[in-house]
Amino acid sequence: MAAERKTRLSKNLLRMKFMQRGLDSETKKQLEEEEKKIISEEHWYLDLPELKEKESFIIEEQSFLLCEDLLYGRMSFRGFNPEVEPEGQHWCIFQKLMLQMNAKHKAEEVEDETVELDVSDEEMARRYETLVGTIGKKFARKRDHANYEEDENGDITPIKAKKMFLKPQD
Amino acid sequence: MAEPASVAAESLAGSRARAARTVLGQVVLPGEELLLPEQEDAEGPGGAVERPLSLNARACSRVRVVCGPGLRRCGDRLLVTKCGRLRHKEPGSGSGGGVYWVDSQQKRYVPVKGDHVIGIVTAKSGDIFKVDVGGSEPASLSYLSFEGATKRNRPNVGDLIYGQFVVANKDMEPEMVCIDSCGRANGMGVIGQDGLLFKVTLGLIRKLLAPDCEIIQEVGKLYPLEIVFGMNGRIWVKAKTIQQTLILANILEACEHMTSDQRKQIFSRLAES
Repeated sequence: MAAERKTRLSKNLLRMKFMQRGLDSETKKQLEEEEKKIISEEHWYLDLPELKEKESFIIEEQSFLLCEDLLYGRMSFRGFNPEVEPEGQHWCIFQKLMLQMNAKHKAEEVEDETVELDVSDEEMARRYETLVGTIGKKFARKRDHANYEEDENGDITPIKAKKMFLKPQD
Repeated sequence: MAEPASVAAESLAGSRARAARTVLGQVVLPGEELLLPEQEDAEGPGGAVERPLSLNARACSRVRVVCGPGLRRCGDRLLVTKCGRLRHKEPGSGSGGGVYWVDSQQKRYVPVKGDHVIGIVTAKSGDIFKVDVGGSEPASLSYLSFEGATKRNRPNVGDLIYGQFVVANKDMEPEMVCIDSCGRANGMGVIGQDGLLFKVTLGLIRKLLAPDCEIIQEVGKLYPLEIVFGMNGRIWVKAKTIQQTLILANILEACEHMTSDQRKQIFSRLAES
């Protein structure tokens, strides 16, 4: 029974490497061609003439930012909005603008630009004014705390005049 | 019958395309074709003018040209789509043959990527706000695209927003954000209380934001104020009193049609009062 029926091996099996070692070169070529034919028939392609892509030297842009150097759109003048105005390197355009405007006004003044490392006299005087009060407060007793008022700025200045008994003048 | 028709067709198809270089600063109309500098040599009166031999091959000598608003690419040429004056900017550093554009005037804004605009929040839906920017559809603004975005820290319906577009083309709904690529606000976000929002033409905004604009400098000297310019034609101003705000708004609206002398007169009168 087994001799009557020839076992038929599948095409894929025949294509495997170990099956082809015994084959002639001709049969190998034939097999290869058949495979290529199958593959190329399965591949889709466009039936168009070959299109040459032209390299375009023109770029289209719809934005005005490239065309004109525009300033940043948020501006503040004369200190109206401190967040927008003085600080921030992002708004350096304003600083330049501000500096330009100010520079025009100050062009005639002589500019003394010396780097000041020392503290100026005024600052020292201001410092000592409040210093006395601060240190004094440290040693004051609870009853005396009323004598030391705090300014609007938070500086502590001792009250100069103490309230004494005023004699009635008849 | 065929002859006059063909002649008419030829004349309608346009007279010979002009060189862009010769038309700079002049008024151009939609439908005109402009030649770029490299082509005009080739298409000029053939052979009559001697041109110096260039050692480079022609392909290498072509530079990239950017065609800006109002122009379109048409083969190798530029096609004008808006009427206005043709402008050109030389390339700053090296690459490219510069930018050509048409300086036109219009009131209707079309969203463009990268533009900073003032929008009005009209609705909240899901995770996003709908912001009216004056275009064909409202832009979407995500809740998270603010610096320091938290649940409490959100704009409400009716607020004014200063932001920029990240997506803006004719096929999709425009999207805007209030932070830059690094995540910082950089001046964008909710615009504060009070103040006045009004609308002007787009050309005026560009004129006012030019680096050498005298109007802004003069206005800034009057009194403390804050201005925000949106590229969509909207300006928001705020000053200390309502009267000052209104004066400012009137000046900015009127300065489009005033000569510089008239403007200086008005400013000097204001400075006196």
